[in-house]
Amino acid sequence: MKKALLKFFSSIEPDKKKSPFLHTLYDGFFTFALTPDHVTKTGAHIRDGMDLKRTMVFVVLAMQLCYLFGMYNTGHQHFAALGQYVGLWDGWHLKLVHGLIKLLPIIIVAHVVGLGIEFYYAYKKGHGIEEGFLVSGALIPLIMPPDLPLSILALSVAFAVIIGKEAFGGTGMNILNVALLSRVFVFFAYPGHISGDEVWISGLEKVNGAYAGEMYSWAHHLFDGIFKGLGWETFGAGGAAVIDGYTGATPMALAAKGGWEAVTKVYNPSDMFWGLIPGSVGETNKPFIIIGALMLIATGIASWRIMVSMVLGLAFTGLLFNAWGATPFMEVPWYYHFSMGSFLFAMAFMATDPVTASSTNVGKWVYGFLIGVIGLIVRVLNPAYPEGWMLAILFMNVFAPLIDYVVVQGNIKRRTKSAAAKA
Amino acid sequence: MKNTTLKFLLLLVTWGIASGDILAQSAGSSGSKSMYALYAIGALLLTGIWMQVSDKFAGKKSAGGAQDGSTVSLQQGHDIILKGVPAKTQVAAQAKTYAVCPPVFKGLSPIPKMEVEVGAEVKAGDALFHAKSAPSVKFVAPVSGEVIAINRGAKRAITEVVILADKEQQHRALTPPQLNSCSRQELQDFLMDSGAWALIRQRPFQIVPAPGDVPRDIFISTFDTAPLAPDLNHVVEGKGEAFQKGLDVLARLTDGSVWLGLDGRGKSAPSAVFAQAKGVKKVSFKGKHPAGNVGVQIHHINPIKSGEKVWTLNVQDVVTIGALFTEKRFNAARLVALSGDECKTTGYVSTHIGANIGDLTTGNIKGENVRIISGDILSGATTNAAGFLSPFDDQITIIEEGNDFEMFGWLAPSYARPTVSRTYLGNLVAPGRSFHVNTNTHGEKRAFVVTGQYESVLPMDVLPQHLFKAILAGDIEQMEGLGILELSEEDVALCEFACTSKQSLQQILQDGLEMMQEQM
Repeated sequence: MKKALLKFFSSIEPDKKKSPFLHTLYDGFFTFALTPDHVTKTGAHIRDGMDLKRTMVFVVLAMQLCYLFGMYNTGHQHFAALGQYVGLWDGWHLKLVHGLIKLLPIIIVAHVVGLGIEFYYAYKKGHGIEEGFLVSGALIPLIMPPDLPLSILALSVAFAVIIGKEAFGGTGMNILNVALLSRVFVFFAYPGHISGDEVWISGLEKVNGAYAGEMYSWAHHLFDGIFKGLGWETFGAGGAAVIDGYTGATPMALAAKGGWEAVTKVYNPSDMFWGLIPGSVGETNKPFIIIGALMLIATGIASWRIMVSMVLGLAFTGLLFNAWGATPFMEVPWYYHFSMGSFLFAMAFMATDPVTASSTNVGKWVYGFLIGVIGLIVRVLNPAYPEGWMLAILFMNVFAPLIDYVVVQGNIKRRTKSAAAKA
Repeated sequence: MKNTTLKFLLLLVTWGIASGDILAQSAGSSGSKSMYALYAIGALLLTGIWMQVSDKFAGKKSAGGAQDGSTVSLQQGHDIILKGVPAKTQVAAQAKTYAVCPPVFKGLSPIPKMEVEVGAEVKAGDALFHAKSAPSVKFVAPVSGEVIAINRGAKRAITEVVILADKEQQHRALTPPQLNSCSRQELQDFLMDSGAWALIRQRPFQIVPAPGDVPRDIFISTFDTAPLAPDLNHVVEGKGEAFQKGLDVLARLTDGSVWLGLDGRGKSAPSAVFAQAKGVKKVSFKGKHPAGNVGVQIHHINPIKSGEKVWTLNVQDVVTIGALFTEKRFNAARLVALSGDECKTTGYVSTHIGANIGDLTTGNIKGENVRIISGDILSGATTNAAGFLSPFDDQITIIEEGNDFEMFGWLAPSYARPTVSRTYLGNLVAPGRSFHVNTNTHGEKRAFVVTGQYESVLPMDVLPQHLFKAILAGDIEQMEGLGILELSEEDVALCEFACTSKQSLQQILQDGLEMMQEQM
């Protein structure tokens, strides 16, 4: 098997001099399929089995449940808004397929654009293709609204990878979290597509001032053929009107207007916990995110210090706001902040990015805590945009080197002080 | 500990008063009881964070300060458990040729001045060469015989002075000074002339001390935690008298103390030779590798500060120094461990400093595709049958070369391998299992990505990743501030093993130390 694979690869290996770009591409796929035969040259003669590929793939594995649920929930929210298949498992195949039809293009575009740029830069710089985008590419679809136009997505990914990462030198050198940078690009350049009440449920459009389902696409019809053959429910033509009282607002938006009371009028806390609410694709289901987070902690890949201190930061600020209670949003019980919005997702997958977080253990405590504090301040106090983790993490990404600087200086001072005391 | 409790109480009281105040102001409002509970939780959370942070920022004392007779417990580290642990049996092997290799002695002017020529007959203990920068420090023949080659390397630098050993060993007779009554100067001169001075390594930089140097302290680690390491209790058996004499000599050479690092892990009690040594201070170290590294021990006893010099010696070097007085000759005998999974019969072989590797391992290697290492698997040097054992190594390790491809090795490894990560389920299930290893890097070199990894295997108050970045940036001041002078290559070897990005950390550190040395 291995020999056959080696033979196959050597048969297709492009000439490095004639077509360097192809060779870079070849090298990327080769090292993916076969760990190279590199041996240690200097220093330690044996090396740990862990490498960056394995690190990255474990992060991707940790978010697979979020992918699965995100796909289902995209369909579920679509039908719930139309008043069809209201039960969780009713029309499950339609929900899954609708989610797939919405999500697959996002995943493909994010990867094609992102990896394409990575490959190009690897070729330009003459080094191997690095794994960094594996995680960014897996995260981006999860943090976008399901109906995001693909052109905007492509633009945002290109911006994030080129300006956010390659301009700084590639994997391991970026200052800002690449996935969040692509989201913040959409947020500031195309706010209409990523904020407000209208973007979180897929497949709806405004017809004459009223919402209705979009006409289903060719892809839906393709599956309809199969479902009809099986005797299952089908999508039909589409265009059904939404149910009475449909808002499409996320719990965040409701809380900003009317506090916890307004939220519970539309969503019950258990739905919010289990993720049966509108939102970005992958951030709604809390148990699956917690499973992912626990997996990252158990394998030691993500920093538990950042996660714990972020939770502490949110709890602290939440308590403070509860005590203050100046606006209805401030009075939302602090523990509900964990299940509203995308705090847990940001905690598990965004803040723990080792490249952009603080690199010292002490710094991680400060970094996570401040994200918790600032994120909730943005969520609760900002009148325009009721969710704060993206901005809080990007903000702290910028400050992470400063935190590390203080910690490093502390270490240096400790050393020089004891030298002075000795002298 | 007291300090922490006090801080905790103080903060709790402050918080109590503060929350009481707020409560008083909002008295009468309903639900004040639940608010009180919330405040209590908030206070606890804050206190926890504050303690975490303040402990590491302000409250944390600088490293060092372990006292005589104390035990230091080290949390960080990792034991790599491998197959091929040297058995406690004697392996019969006789080296025919021996060599003294000038490049292994650091801090000397590059091309030494030869005192003998090819064809000369030398006795064990006769001077072979000296450094032009320090003519009084002699480098002596470990065995008697004929000098058969003086090999040169790049830029005509002498790399090996090879001796064909006599069957009957003859030693140069020495007349050691009276230890109790001689001056330090006399003692130093004797050591330099006898060849023992060259076995001392001075930190920072692991160099041969300059004539007349007086160290702040002298440190000796009496146990080795590196993978497949020789058992020093076994090595020192029957050499108690010479070891104690060696310690007595060293005590005369410093104004400070001679420190012994004892094995405090509890698996096997330190040999009585170490535990009952006199005239020295002893500190026990408990923990995983690199707890046995002398650099780590120095850090916890009394770290090296700017401008300070300390000496370190291996146990067998101390025995050699002692033998100068007890046997009145330069006894270069060494018990060397043969280890590694590609070694047919592991065990200990009796030989001398500088023995030929091929002679010691002939007929004892399993495979064809192997790497022979002089020293331990983490910080030793690659060598081959033509190479010679470094005077500072008491171990030869033979492992498989890993120059083979592996299908989806990063995802589904085809064989078990040691790791510090917790992503290998098999390793988690059976924590004590031992591994067959090879030299494959298991991945390609990348930029620094993962953080906190080095800290978790280096039990020192050092920020390794920041130090390495400072070295790469050539920032001398930062390097010194972050403690480069406290480190030598072997101390960061485990970090290098664990590094996800496959960075050559020992090489980086060596470059940094060279930069520092040029500055001094």
